[in-house]
Amino acid sequence: MSARDSILTKIRQVNVAGSDDTARKQAVAARLSDSPRGIVPARGQLPDSERRALFEAMAQKFAATISSVADYSDIPRAVSGYLREHNLPADIRIGDDERLAKAGWDKERTLEIRHGASDGGDMTAVSHALAGIAETGTVALASGTDNPTTLNFLPEHHIVVLKASDIDGDLESIWDRLREKFGKGQMPRALNLVTGPSRSGDIEQKILLGAHGPRALHLIIVDE
Amino acid sequence: MQLTSDRFKQQAQKALVDAQLQRALLNVEKGFIGKRQMAADALPEFEALRDNARDIKNHTLAHLDLYLEAYEKKVTEAGGIVHWAENAEDARRIVLDICRKAGTKTVNKGKSMITEEIDLNDYLAANGITPVETDLGEYIIQLRGEHPSHIIAPAVHLNKEQVEGDFRRVHTHLAEARDLSEPAALLSEAREVLRKQYFEAKVGITGANFLIAETGSSVIVTNEGNGDLTQTLADVHVVVASIEKMVPTLEDTAQILRLLARSATGQDMSCYTTYSTGPRREGDPDGPKEYHVVLLDNGRSSMLGTEYQEMLRCIRCGACMNHCPVYQSVGGHAYGSVYPGPMGAVLTPSLNGIEKTGQLPNASTFCGRCEAVCPMRIPLPKMMRHWREREFEKHLTPATARYGLKLWAFFAKRPKLYRLAVSFGIPALSALGGTKHRFRALPFAGGWTRHRDLPAPEGRTFQQQWQQREALKQNVDQKRAA
Amino acid sequence: MNQSNTPTSGVSVDSERRPRVALFVTCLVDLFRPSVGFAAVKLIEDAGCEVHVPAAQTCCGQPAYNSGDKADTREIAEQVIEAFEGFDFIVAPSGSCGAMLKKHYPELFAGDPAWEGRANAFSEKCHELVSFLTDVMMVRDTGAALSAEVTYHDSCSGLRELGIKEQPRKLLGAVDGLTLREMKDPDVCCGFGGTFCVKYPDISNSIVTKKTGNIDASKADMLLAGDLGCLMNMAGKLKRAGSSVEFRRVAEVLAGMTDTPPIAGSGK
Ligand code: SF4
Repeated sequence: MSARDSILTKIRQVNVAGSDDTARKQAVAARLSDSPRGIVPARGQLPDSERRALFEAMAQKFAATISSVADYSDIPRAVSGYLREHNLPADIRIGDDERLAKAGWDKERTLEIRHGASDGGDMTAVSHALAGIAETGTVALASGTDNPTTLNFLPEHHIVVLKASDIDGDLESIWDRLREKFGKGQMPRALNLVTGPSRSGDIEQKILLGAHGPRALHLIIVDE
Repeated sequence: MQLTSDRFKQQAQKALVDAQLQRALLNVEKGFIGKRQMAADALPEFEALRDNARDIKNHTLAHLDLYLEAYEKKVTEAGGIVHWAENAEDARRIVLDICRKAGTKTVNKGKSMITEEIDLNDYLAANGITPVETDLGEYIIQLRGEHPSHIIAPAVHLNKEQVEGDFRRVHTHLAEARDLSEPAALLSEAREVLRKQYFEAKVGITGANFLIAETGSSVIVTNEGNGDLTQTLADVHVVVASIEKMVPTLEDTAQILRLLARSATGQDMSCYTTYSTGPRREGDPDGPKEYHVVLLDNGRSSMLGTEYQEMLRCIRCGACMNHCPVYQSVGGHAYGSVYPGPMGAVLTPSLNGIEKTGQLPNASTFCGRCEAVCPMRIPLPKMMRHWREREFEKHLTPATARYGLKLWAFFAKRPKLYRLAVSFGIPALSALGGTKHRFRALPFAGGWTRHRDLPAPEGRTFQQQWQQREALKQNVDQKRAA
Repeated sequence: MNQSNTPTSGVSVDSERRPRVALFVTCLVDLFRPSVGFAAVKLIEDAGCEVHVPAAQTCCGQPAYNSGDKADTREIAEQVIEAFEGFDFIVAPSGSCGAMLKKHYPELFAGDPAWEGRANAFSEKCHELVSFLTDVMMVRDTGAALSAEVTYHDSCSGLRELGIKEQPRKLLGAVDGLTLREMKDPDVCCGFGGTFCVKYPDISNSIVTKKTGNIDASKADMLLAGDLGCLMNMAGKLKRAGSSVEFRRVAEVLAGMTDTPPIAGSGK
């Protein structure tokens, strides 16, 4: 008997009572298709402006920094400003996200822009988030050519652009968005839920920022 | 690692006099307890979420075979490969095969307790493949040739001076005069050293916090980002996960995630929660080209349907050990097993048999703090008691304890005889206590009086005095009636 | 003594007569500290009940239960249920014995047709002393007075298995002249753990050392708790260290019976 069969047989010996297993099969099918939500904290269930305020407060609690711009065309200036403020070289890594591409980067003449996956040599990367989650101050990033996953982890500074209207109250809303975009039961290759810059508490349980991932996470919220 | 749980007592004794360790253990309270409480208090739904999380896992376990099949189907659809392993040996062999096919000399590892359980590092090393731990804590203990002393804080038994010593010993390519006195400098150095390594290994191995039947995804939860670099930069991502990591849907992960970080580190959410589904897709600029899952049983299916089944709800948050007075006193290595603390005291006998591990479920005061904080509402003390019952049934309880207990029970079951015995013994013992009302030493009470005095009995027993009082009352009543 | 007239409990008690309470003395109180038993009798009588002390009691069986000896535990438990089930309430001056009777007896007999029902009915009537006074008899003030600064240790079983936390603090708050000085971590184990403290004396010592450090730091001159085992452990440790802190079961103070020497004596 294969390992697979042997493991499944052992489990069935305990789980299956009698010869008719329909009820269990139906229960599983129902759960997989209905995806019951369970308990969604009241914390994030807020009107738009308060939800955004909660998102910002929570993100800052986890040491993310935040700025906001009126529309996408203001992003290049905001990014350049961030680089200058942190004495960073004027180059960034960016994916193919259309919203970012249309922002008009040529306005920032000195800014060098690299595309594609990060090779580990980038100080700063700019990504576009799928959505924000107010209850924990988290941004959700989906992998792909638009926003390569390596951009989320290799650079020292990670700048994430997020549309104000994409700030959801809770984690469950992300599943709704994903199902709308990819279909039920389908996922991007990687979904990264990112809450603040990387950190470690492994030495004497003191929390230090900047472990293996970015040392800084900056969020730019687009109001449009 | 070699199981040495049968030497728990000696190992504990050593730990108690290890000043370095005792100093480090103070960080457990500072680092975890207050933070967890604050995070739990700040979420009004916390207790209700615990109930729901328990129910989710109970439901999953009752349908585990079906969810595993559904999960396998989804992984395969996404282009991943599922390998089934009944035991540690199978799992190790499968991982080695994958590494050999990938032609790698070295593998990166994200933090994973399951690969500790199957002794993967030693096995790979013995077969010419160098495993490199990338989580800071794991990296440190790998340099030291140790095993994790905690399931989420592997190096909690160390102080920064020890880490500095290890870095100076191993990172000889760096300037000797560098300042490593602060944890931040140590972290930076580890970051720099490991950065290169991420690009060198063709295979990255991680564990999983969840496997999702609905989507075929595996989930890892980390703070450092090392797990993500490990799995994203490698050509081949291998997930090693035991079968009870299964949950039905994305929604179910959201429920349990709300408990996991709060219970573990007191964070509302860990820094990085990553859902991985299959290998790199058409046009993807990054991500692994192969995605493998090693689904490991290693004793889990034998726990189903037993009084230890509830242990399979464990999400490895570490709260039970953080809050355990015994763990806080002796640290994780004393347990002599992969999993320390209360969860280990239940799980280790389940995985390794009670014969060599009987001390673990005995080394508990049953204070119940572990159960009180366990996000998955696992009745840990109850299950430790069940192990004591198995031990007692198998006559593994030490003979002196067994006979002492039997003698005591003989009297406890015979109230009249018991009364008679104690009505002589207790007043005599009381008299011996003298005006101090306590003993510094007493034959047969060495375990007690080694560290503390034994309070002396007051005098005659309560029952003796009560019966006298009742008799007097009756006399008075009778006289009145007459 | 202030109290409402009707006991509020699932157990129906004929309102014409006083509730009949059986005192489960507990083995440690019986042997080591009878004055706790008499304090319990006084408190229960003052609350308007009639106290009985069944003679056929030794121990609740916890040492056997926690040592994995289920057979002996069951025999002892059956004996206790038989001797006590005829009363309106069963009250024990101990959180850990109280939890054994109330929580673990039903577990012990779960699925046993002959005993399950009896064990559950018995469990319904069981209470730890202080919670019986406050939650069932609605006592708010026991009328005691004591000029002292005390600190209170929450014994584990009472706290976590029976939910006893506010009850003793409320009653102590009503004691004339008494000040409660909370120590750090009053809810953390003292390291007693029944047979644990003799099986693993060094670990137990490490745990109790942290506890007595917190007691000392509270600057209280008396430590109160709801379990004699924990009290003997903490008292034995601090007395060995030459401390002058006094140790008493909370019932002694609530009953105004503090003229007996404290546990392990008062001297250094
Ligand atoms: S037993 Fe509970 S508290 Fe302990 S690690 Fe598992 S889930 Fe966390």
